[in-house]
Amino acid sequence: MSLGSIYRGREGMVSWALHRITGLGVLLFLLIHIADIFVVRYGAEAFDDLLIIYHALPFRILEIGLVAAVYFHALNGMRIILIDFWDGAALRQRELFWGVVIIFTLMFVPTAILMLIAAFE
Amino acid sequence: MSSSLSRGGGRARPRGAGGFELFSWYFFRVSGVALLLLAVFHVIIMHVINTVNEIDHAFVVERWSQPFWQVYDFLLLTLALLHGVNGARVAVDDYIRSNGWRVAAYSALLLIALVFMVLGGLALVTFDPGQFESVAGR
Repeated sequence: MSLGSIYRGREGMVSWALHRITGLGVLLFLLIHIADIFVVRYGAEAFDDLLIIYHALPFRILEIGLVAAVYFHALNGMRIILIDFWDGAALRQRELFWGVVIIFTLMFVPTAILMLIAAFE
Repeated sequence: MSSSLSRGGGRARPRGAGGFELFSWYFFRVSGVALLLLAVFHVIIMHVINTVNEIDHAFVVERWSQPFWQVYDFLLLTLALLHGVNGARVAVDDYIRSNGWRVAAYSALLLIALVFMVLGGLALVTFDPGQFESVAGR
C-alpha cells in the first residue's frame, strides 16, 4: 500500500484537501479573469461597464476568499516542495503545516483588512 | 526520499526515468516556485498597493504600455493556466475511473487550455496602447 500516505489523516490530509480545493477554485477564477481581461481591447466603456461586477460588494467578499486561496496554495506548495527535496522537512511536515498556517495568517489578515476597507470606502 | 516518510499531503515523484508524469511532477514544482512570486505579487499589486477602486481601463492601458508588465502578465497567464489545467487533470485521474468519461474530461481540459491560452495571449500580444492614447494620458 505504497500510495496510502495521502489518507494518513490529520495535517497531511487536511493540507491535501485544502490544496486541491484552493487549486481548483483559483483555476476557475483564472478562466473568468482571462475572459474579462479580453474585453480591454473593446475600449474603456465596455471594460469599465464590466468592472461593475468587480465593484459589487458580494463579488468583493468572494475575492477576499480568492486571495486566501492563492496565499494558502502558494505557501502549502512551498511546503510540499520542501518535503520533496529535503528529508528533514518530511520528518517535520506537521510542524511545517502549522508554519504555513502562521505565515498565511500574517499575510492574509492585513490583506483582508485592506480589501474590506476599500470595499466599504 | 525514504518511502516510510509521510508525504505530508504531497505526491511522491513518479518512479522510472522520463515519461509525461515525471515531467508533470517537475513542472508543478518549477512553475509553482515561479507562480509564488508572479501570482502573490499580482495579488499584492492589485489589492494591497492599489485597490479595486483604482483599477479601470486606463490602469490596464498604462500597465500594458510597459513591456515589463506585458512579459510579466504573459508569464503569469501561461504558467498559471498550464499549472491549473494540469492540476485539474490530476483531479480527473483521481475521481473519474471510467475510461470513456476520463477521455472526455481530458478532451474538455485540453480544449479549455487551448481556448483560454489563445484568448489571454491575444489580449496581451495584440494589445495596442496607441489605440487608447487619449485614455492612457494621465
